[in-house]
Amino acid sequence: MSEDEQKRLARLESNLKRRALIYEFIRDFFKEQGFLEVETPIRAPAIAPEPFIVPFESEGWFLAASPELHMKRLLAAGYHKIFQFSHCFRKGERGRWHNPEFIMLEWYRQGADYMEIIRDTEKLVTGIAQKLGMKNKIKYRGQEIDVSLPWPRVTVKDAYTKAADWDPVAVNDTERFDMDFVEKVLPRFNKDRPTVLIDYPASQASLARLKVNNPLVAERAEVFIGGLELANAYSELADAKEQAKRFREEIAQIKRERKQQMAMPEKFLEAMVNLSECGGIALGIDRLVMLFCDAASIDDVTAFTEDTV
Amino acid sequence: MEISGVRRNSKLIIDGALYNVEEAEFTKPGKGRSVYRLRLKNLRDGRVIDRTYRSGESVDEASLNTEEEQYLYHEGDQYIFMNSKTYEQHAISEDLLGIKKNFLKEGMEVIMLMMGDEAIDITLPINIDLKVIDTEMSTKTATITPQMKSSIVETGYSVGTPSFIKVGDVIKIDTRTGNYVERVSTGK
Repeated sequence: MSEDEQKRLARLESNLKRRALIYEFIRDFFKEQGFLEVETPIRAPAIAPEPFIVPFESEGWFLAASPELHMKRLLAAGYHKIFQFSHCFRKGERGRWHNPEFIMLEWYRQGADYMEIIRDTEKLVTGIAQKLGMKNKIKYRGQEIDVSLPWPRVTVKDAYTKAADWDPVAVNDTERFDMDFVEKVLPRFNKDRPTVLIDYPASQASLARLKVNNPLVAERAEVFIGGLELANAYSELADAKEQAKRFREEIAQIKRERKQQMAMPEKFLEAMVNLSECGGIALGIDRLVMLFCDAASIDDVTAFTEDTV
Repeated sequence: MEISGVRRNSKLIIDGALYNVEEAEFTKPGKGRSVYRLRLKNLRDGRVIDRTYRSGESVDEASLNTEEEQYLYHEGDQYIFMNSKTYEQHAISEDLLGIKKNFLKEGMEVIMLMMGDEAIDITLPINIDLKVIDTEMSTKTATITPQMKSSIVETGYSVGTPSFIKVGDVIKIDTRTGNYVERVSTGK
């Protein structure tokens, strides 16, 4: 073992201990409420096609970019409340907040919608803060963040109108949406409070259902704390026909733009017929740990990243 | 090269000018496109600009080479180096050297970064040993935390050191931060 590695891992030890503690708190949080911890495959013949998430291929199969489809197959079979820590893989995603292999926490509740899932998230994060002795204040990168409940919600429409002077719900331009998000919208979020961005344009519904009284937007919410994109929640789409249509469009787009052939997740679509109303979320555990360790980089909370593996 | 291959300290040609990548930040709204934000320093006039790129975009990587050179002297704001083999001399301005100018000793070997026959930048060892030529008298008051004081090394650079450092001591300095690292040897 090189001296450099010894030093590096010694420096990480306090963060890795805190990381383990956070895992314990999360498991307690869910088990106390009767959630079942599950495990689903990392390698599968078909995964959810995502236009801007590039999967690793493995002997003709794919490495999971999220455990979502298999978790929903459990829900469709009647499991009520499930959670999972899973290794996820996304090609080319590397930076201060990204490593191509990372840990996702996902949980799902039957009968819940995205707002109920956001309330879970609020309780989970403030609960961890309290157990770590932080009360309702997290200090991250020199900024004190007040995480007391409820966290402010802002619609995509309002956030973009205010920060970028246009409404993505009325104008469908996903490219401008992404660029403006990074350059204008995110920098304008309150620095001393979490932000829950809600009601995404229908074109970015992904696996979320559309709002019944306003089908121009999807019941999708994202949580941001300290400039970190922490989690993405849905009222899950439970309409297999609509899901198959979205998948077909996405598979065609991926083939066109990325020249990659994605398989249709047939088994998931078959199971989806039995999926009833539910809510779920994917939360980036590495970033949550970064927040609670006041860490500038994912490299400070991960023993071995792409560069040190 | 593809924007995804750009790293900190990559050298790029943008609008005909040479830039050093000071910071490269990868951001990506979870479901959205990758966005690369670069903070770039113009290597001729030292000005800093920010640029944003989308995934798949290409940038021009500067073709550079390195040679071994020796530091000779400085005149005004120009620092003069000489290629150890060809004896060709090159100047770099004070602005472009930044903090590195504080650690140059006459005759010292450096790695010179060249674009064609233009000198761009030098690489120094991470740590460098320099002799203390002047320092404040240490105050012998009892304190719990070690007292820091300022000391001047042979290149004229003033650095914060522990109070036990004396004139004639040789100390190790981190050339990236300009901070004192440790005492290497004591003067008589």
